[in-house]
Amino acid sequence: MAEALKVPTMAEYMAQGKKPEVLFWVGCAGSFDDRAKKITKAFVKLLHNAKVDFAVLGTEESCTGDPAKRAGNEFLFQMQAVTNIEVLNGYEIKKIVTACPHCFNTIKNEYPGLGGNYEVLHHTQFLKSLLAEGRLKVEGGKFKGKRITFHDPCYLGRGNGEYEAPRDLLRKLEVELLEMRNCKEKGMCCGAGGAQMFKEPEPGNKDVNIERTEQAMEVKPEVIAAGCPFCNTMMTDGVKGKNKEDSVEVMDVAELIANAQDL
Amino acid sequence: MQIIAQILFLIALVAGIGFFVRNIRRLIRNINLGKEIDRSDNSGERFGKMAKIALGQSKMVKRPISGFLHVIVYVGFIIINIEVLEIIIDGLFGTHRILSFMGGFYSFLIGFFEILALLVFVGVVVFWIRRNLINIYRFLGNELKGWPKNDANYILYFEMVLMILFLVMNATDYQLQLNGAPHYSSEAGIMGSFPVSQFLLPIFDGMSNATLIIIERTAWWLHILGILFFLNYLYYSKHLHILLAFPNVYYSKLQPQGEFNNLQSVTDEVKLMMDPDADPFAAPAEEEEEGEPEKFGASDVFDLNRVQLLNSYTCTECGRCTSECPANRTGKKLSPRKIMMDTRDRLEEVGEIINKKGKYEDNGKQLLGDFILEEELWACTTCNACVEACPVGIDPLSIIVEMRRYLMMEQSSAPNELAISMTNIENNGAPWPYNQQDRLNWAKEN
Ligand code: SF4
Ligand code: SF4
Repeated sequence: MAEALKVPTMAEYMAQGKKPEVLFWVGCAGSFDDRAKKITKAFVKLLHNAKVDFAVLGTEESCTGDPAKRAGNEFLFQMQAVTNIEVLNGYEIKKIVTACPHCFNTIKNEYPGLGGNYEVLHHTQFLKSLLAEGRLKVEGGKFKGKRITFHDPCYLGRGNGEYEAPRDLLRKLEVELLEMRNCKEKGMCCGAGGAQMFKEPEPGNKDVNIERTEQAMEVKPEVIAAGCPFCNTMMTDGVKGKNKEDSVEVMDVAELIANAQDL
Repeated sequence: MQIIAQILFLIALVAGIGFFVRNIRRLIRNINLGKEIDRSDNSGERFGKMAKIALGQSKMVKRPISGFLHVIVYVGFIIINIEVLEIIIDGLFGTHRILSFMGGFYSFLIGFFEILALLVFVGVVVFWIRRNLINIYRFLGNELKGWPKNDANYILYFEMVLMILFLVMNATDYQLQLNGAPHYSSEAGIMGSFPVSQFLLPIFDGMSNATLIIIERTAWWLHILGILFFLNYLYYSKHLHILLAFPNVYYSKLQPQGEFNNLQSVTDEVKLMMDPDADPFAAPAEEEEEGEPEKFGASDVFDLNRVQLLNSYTCTECGRCTSECPANRTGKKLSPRKIMMDTRDRLEEVGEIINKKGKYEDNGKQLLGDFILEEELWACTTCNACVEACPVGIDPLSIIVEMRRYLMMEQSSAPNELAISMTNIENNGAPWPYNQQDRLNWAKEN
């Protein structure tokens, strides 16, 4: 890709006296992690494709505080939250979409008590609504008939009861949707949550992501679909650990849709 | 003779119930050692949840085999206890099958109880086999060794014996009625129907009425004394859940599972720090009124809230949580069931001290460190699998988080890499050491 993506910031919108339809909250992983940045870009392409008027906070965005909160550092969490809420409220943000279930959960559920009230959507929910409004076309394309299983992110699934949006999108891609033994309410964690991403695991006999990858492998998928940058990392590592990276891909739902259309 | 039996029965009844009331009062006293928490909202939704999960056992049947058996034992046990009502009246007034005036309906009830008793018996035998002969992951945990395992088995034996006594009592009673024994038989014909115990009749073949009466009375007495004993065994057992499951589900969290509570004490401090106009002396003054400044998080049972303590008494030690826990499944020390059992054990220890000395005196122990280890707490991925799996609405995760809060904010004790990522968030607004000014660089790359 030659040209850079067009990613407007809230500051630019403000300067022009405009307000976007939705704020895209990119999150730390989406901003800095090499693998997650690809998801971010795929999602931005879909937003452009559906002619969504969006903006990002850019350098004004800061960690939501999710890892701090789950780790028990409530103080740091609330400092982050209050700072972010000040920025969001300053721009009079009403609607937020994010590709990270952790950001999604934190802003949606834990910011209101601290003065931040927004409509918050996970990107799979937002894409589903675009689809329903006829703004986004999702077609089989190159994933048609492929064996794909979806790994439920804890903070989207159990945490917030959303199991169907990502699956609906996958069905639209006409893939062969396979369910793992542990899925939906019983879905097993990838091992990254609760700030585990940022520390070594405690002594045990296996890593959580390996266990989860083995469960995924049971259904013999060609693609493991994820909806969270951290799950993505964990499952990618798991697949590598099993030496299966040549036959099994780990992709975000947004990437699958963007790739299917060759965006 | 008859009157002595009646008096003995009354004494047993009063003692049994009196002891039970004493235990329940201790239980409430211990739960009230925790912090107050307001869960008086949304009573309609709470009742609905209680009806579905506690009464309707909706989470139990997610595991079809044990769930189905449990429903049988649970329904059977409750319904058969209606019969206890008659036993109590008969016992107090020296009557025989006082409720038999209901005629055909009475026969139907007794017949129904008998079938349930048989089903309960079979269910309990299968439970025993699952627990002792089949290697089921959730029954193999370390925390089940010793008393918890015995407790579970005692109850199973107990229920088997109670059901046998009930059937023997009915069989001999039936035989006595057939024999036309005075006090037992009635001109109205046979009272009750005995679809199960009739098959026991050959055992009592040829026995004199006197012998039959002794057997019948013995079974009757053991049955009712057994139930009174069971009532009082509850407090020392995981079987408290048959009472506490209801309030426990009622008071469980209604918010999305992903939502953790925001600590008000922290909010107050953060507000003060962020607000340049705030009077720096306002908040501390408020705190002084309550004595020492509020402690963040939990290191002992006193720091947990009352719902969390109720949770610990309600835990059935079934291990559904632990068997879904990703940390436990991969060999880490963490077991959400153990978190609940430790909390109860510590609370009981504190309660014992209060029983003896009238108030709590430090015994040099606390929940953190002496019961629950840091290593367990840090292994949790906060995935909520335990919360989702629990059939009685327990939230082990909330206790884990509360104790992490203590470790983080009061002790600054966290695994090294985690502490570093916290510093990163503080300084650069991301858990990694990247500059906040580079946050939009991804848009320009490629
Ligand atoms: S929330 Fe923690 S304790 Fe509960 S199942 Fe997940 S990892 Fe285990
Ligand atoms: S917390 Fe719930 S699931 Fe876990 S052992 Fe206790 S009752 Fe069972």
